[in-house]
Amino acid sequence: MIKSALNGLIGLLSGIGHRMIARTWRLGAGARLFFLTLMYSGESFRRFHLTLREVYFTGVMSLLIIIVSAFFVGMVLALQGYNTLQKYGSSEAIGVLVALALVRELGPVVTALLFAGRAGTAITAEIGLMKTTEQLSAMEMMAVNPIARVVAPRFWAGVIAMPILAALFSMVGILGGYLVAVPLIGVDDGAFWSQMQANVDVRDDVINGVIKSLVFGVACTMIALFEGFDAPPTAEGVSHATTRTVVISSLTVLGLDFVLTSFMLVV
Amino acid sequence: MDRIKIDLWVGIFVALGVAALLGLAMKVGNLTSSKIGDTYKVTAAFENIGGLKPNAPVKSAGVLVGRVADIGFDSKAYEAVVTIKIDKRYAFPKDTFANIYTAGLLGEQYVGLEAGGDEDVLQEGDKITQTQDAVVLEKMISQFLYNKASEPNNDSKASDEKAGKEPAATSTELGDAPF
Repeated sequence: MIKSALNGLIGLLSGIGHRMIARTWRLGAGARLFFLTLMYSGESFRRFHLTLREVYFTGVMSLLIIIVSAFFVGMVLALQGYNTLQKYGSSEAIGVLVALALVRELGPVVTALLFAGRAGTAITAEIGLMKTTEQLSAMEMMAVNPIARVVAPRFWAGVIAMPILAALFSMVGILGGYLVAVPLIGVDDGAFWSQMQANVDVRDDVINGVIKSLVFGVACTMIALFEGFDAPPTAEGVSHATTRTVVISSLTVLGLDFVLTSFMLVV
Repeated sequence: MDRIKIDLWVGIFVALGVAALLGLAMKVGNLTSSKIGDTYKVTAAFENIGGLKPNAPVKSAGVLVGRVADIGFDSKAYEAVVTIKIDKRYAFPKDTFANIYTAGLLGEQYVGLEAGGDEDVLQEGDKITQTQDAVVLEKMISQFLYNKASEPNNDSKASDEKAGKEPAATSTELGDAPF
C-alpha cells in the first residue's frame, strides 16, 4: 500500500522533471534558432523580395481582420466608456479613455493575438509541412541554408508587419470610438479631440505602444517559426505544432505585456 | 502573384502604417482640431486657472464661441495669462466677464464669457480685466471646514458649561478670531 503510493509519487515527480527538461530544451533550441536567424538575416536583406513576399502574406493579408476587429473594439470601448463616464458627468473624457486604452494596451496586445492566430499559424503550418515533405532537407542538399532562405525572411517580415498593424489597429479603433461617441451619442466633437490631445503623450503613450508591438512581433514570429521548425514530420505533429503556436504566443504576449508595462510605467 | 504586384501591395501597406502612426502622433497626440473659422485673440489674466488646458472650449451662454489658444505665466504679476481666440462672428463688450467653470463635477474646465454693458467691443489683442478664478475644490472644502469650526455649536457649549465657563464669553472670543 505504502509502496504503491510512493511509486505513484515518484512517477509524478519524474513526470514533472521530464516535462521541465523537455521545456528547457525547447527554450534553449528556440534561443539558438533566434540567434541563427539573426546571424543569417543578411540574405533576407540582400534578396529583399523574399522578405517583401512574406510581408505581403503576413501583413497585407492580415489587414482585413485587423481593421474590422479594431473598428468593433473601438466602438464597444466608446459605448462601455460612455455608460460609466456619464454617471460622473464627464462623458467628454471618452476620447481620452478610448485613445489611451487603444494606444497603450489594446492596440499592441489584440493585434499580437490576432497576428498569432492569422499569420503565426500559417507560418508554423507552412514550415512544418516543408519539413514533413523534406523540402528543408532538399535545400540543405543543394547547399542552401534553410534558415537564411526560409526562416529569416519570415522573421523580418513579422517584425516589420507587426508595428504597422498595431498602429493601424489603434488609429482605426479611435475612429470607431469617434463614430460612436460623436455622431451617435452626441459627445462634443471638440472636447473629444481636445481632451484626447491634452492627455495622450507622443513619447509616453504612442512610442511605448510601438515598442510593445515590436517586441510582440519578434516574440510571435519567433515562436511560430520555432514551432514549425521543431514539428515532428507527421500530419499530427504539424497540427499539434500549430495549436501550440497559438497557445504559447498568446500567453507570451500577455505575460510580456505585463513586464513591458511595469518597466514603462516605473522608468 | 508576380513580384510587381506584391511590391505594390507592400508599398500600400507600409504607407498605411506610416499614415496611421502620423495620425496617432498628430491627431491623437497634438494638433488643433477646431471647427471655428476666423478668430480674434484676447487675453485674460487669472490668479488660478485650475486644470484649464490649451484648446479647451470657450462658451458664452453655453454656446461654443471659441477656444483657448495659449496659456502663459506672467512672472511679474504672478498670474496665469490665458489667450482666447473667439470666432469673428461674435462680438463681446469690453467689460465682458471671464470665468473658469468645470463641466460636471469632475469634467474638463472651460472658459465662460458673460457679456457686460459696454458699448465698445473687444478687439484683437485686448485684455479682459474682469475675471474669476477656477474653483479649487480643496480650497472650498477647507474654507467650509474653517467656517464650520468657527461657529459655536451645541456640543462646544455643553462642554464649556461643564468646564464652568460662560457660553457667551466663548462666542465673543471666537467672534474676535481673525477669520
